Amino acid sequence: MLERLTKISRSLQILISLGLVVLISGICYLLSDWMDYKVVAFLLLLIVSLIAIMFDIFPVLVAASLSALVWNFFFIEPKYTFHIGSAEDGVLFLMYFLIVLINAVLTNRIRRIEKQVREKEEKGKTVKLYNTLLNSLSHELKTPISAIVGATDNLLADPAKLTEENKKELIAGISVAAFRLNQQVENLLSMSRLESGFIQPKKDWTDVSELLYDVIQRLEQQLKHHQLIIQIEENLPLYKLDYGLMEQVLYNLLYNAALYTPEYSDILIQVNNKADKIYSLNTKEEAHSSIKKETNQLVLTIEDRGPGFPPEEISKVFDKFYRLSNSKTGGSGLGLSIVKGFVEAHNGTVLLENVPHGARFTIEIPAETSYVKI
Amino acid sequence: MNNAALLVIDDEAQIRRLLEITLESNSFNVESAETASEGLRIAANHPPDLIILDLGLPDENGHSVLKKLREWYTKPVIILSVQSSEDDIVSALDNGANDYLVKPFRTGELLARIRSALRGIVNEENNPVVDAGDLQIDLAARSVNKNKEPVKLTATEYKLLSLLAQHEGKVLTHQYLLREVWGPGYIRQTQYLRVFIAQLRKKIETDANRPVHIITESGVGYRFIAKD
Repeated sequence: MLERLTKISRSLQILISLGLVVLISGICYLLSDWMDYKVVAFLLLLIVSLIAIMFDIFPVLVAASLSALVWNFFFIEPKYTFHIGSAEDGVLFLMYFLIVLINAVLTNRIRRIEKQVREKEEKGKTVKLYNTLLNSLSHELKTPISAIVGATDNLLADPAKLTEENKKELIAGISVAAFRLNQQVENLLSMSRLESGFIQPKKDWTDVSELLYDVIQRLEQQLKHHQLIIQIEENLPLYKLDYGLMEQVLYNLLYNAALYTPEYSDILIQVNNKADKIYSLNTKEEAHSSIKKETNQLVLTIEDRGPGFPPEEISKVFDKFYRLSNSKTGGSGLGLSIVKGFVEAHNGTVLLENVPHGARFTIEIPAETSYVKI
Repeated sequence: MNNAALLVIDDEAQIRRLLEITLESNSFNVESAETASEGLRIAANHPPDLIILDLGLPDENGHSVLKKLREWYTKPVIILSVQSSEDDIVSALDNGANDYLVKPFRTGELLARIRSALRGIVNEENNPVVDAGDLQIDLAARSVNKNKEPVKLTATEYKLLSLLAQHEGKVLTHQYLLREVWGPGYIRQTQYLRVFIAQLRKKIETDANRPVHIITESGVGYRFIAKD
């Protein structure tokens, strides 16, 4: 609240400060028959202190000066002149003027220091987050690099010492590591595309069934020990979607399901259209039609028979670089945040919930549809 | 077809060496160039049978090299690129590239693309029947057989399939397919293409959901593959 007050423009701050001083002086003036002028000084001091807590230094100094002049003019004998009668009053006026100025300057300085401390704390938090990200990232990149360096060292040093079988295994290891590195780099590129905020889905008519089977084919190797159950609504329309982005969304979700659920378990994939009709009654323009607007949503669910997600971590799994506390290696902690980012780029939503014996991701994307008849 | 002369234009020494080893061990003759200007010079002096062109060259943008080459060079050009951006690929294909590969690529994939590019376009005169294992497309008789049974296709379906089959192994962009099959007024109407591809797959693929002949190139187009 105080933060917000300091943000209003300087001229407005001055106006408000002066207004407050005038208001308090006015009230005191009306009550001056019952009130000693020294009490008025304290009241004015109080109001200037309050102003110092809220506003910048310049408006505060203006208010302080004005209050001193007002006090002198209206309250110190002889009234209605800037002349001060007794020496005692002169000292009082001088003291008032000094105290109010010191008060204003000190309060302001305290506020500035507080602000610096806050900024430093926030900076500290960002640095900490950044370190976590870098640690996680360098781990994910360095593991496959170590595998490659180690394997090539072995192959280069003295190939005669290695059995044919070991050689093959080392070479296969290089291949897997390279694939993993490429995967990480792809994820990072997707992430930076999202971070830049410039992601503009390039929407085109998409056959979701084609898209889904395309992704499944690309993940053939990873999914070969899982049982896929695919249920696609009959006569599903074409949707206007960004094929590349949606490919990545499905790829990440299915890759996760393959990686983190036991072999030979089921993965259920459902694709449905949800049509919402918005009815309007008796509008002038469309007297004959009661359907005002029909919106279509693509609903995709992917349900696995894995361990599910710890309930306290569900809200965090879509965070960047977040990994479940006991997850096995292989992921980057980026997959699900990319899923969320790309779905949201389509104005869609993604929901994660635990179901009996597994986890379910539900993606809903509002999209233009087309039923082309041949 | 082998012993064909290939020219590799790529600024990365490691990739150049890798391509040389890969291609020479598959009995191609390989020359390589490090820069666009060197590549253009070699191409003009000893026109190769095929050019592999990297899009990210130090001295000149690969797209403009491609345009310069296409002013006189009619043989195949295969694009290598680290950018998997669909726009980039589509624009290279529109500028006359025959095919593209995104780094990192698999060696087997590269060889398959080179072979299919060198084979060139199939047409009624030189090879009337495209044989794709379980599928035969007779371009002269305009008939299609699947497992020796005739397949009934509508005129549009046949047009689409024969176009893909004639450019076997090569990616055809959405715009190209729409223009050739439906006409220039339809190049934005991708919904037709989606529906007809799905329809075709049901008729010619053993499992329409796991196509082996009509392959989706995400965001770019479709590719007809004759053999696994």
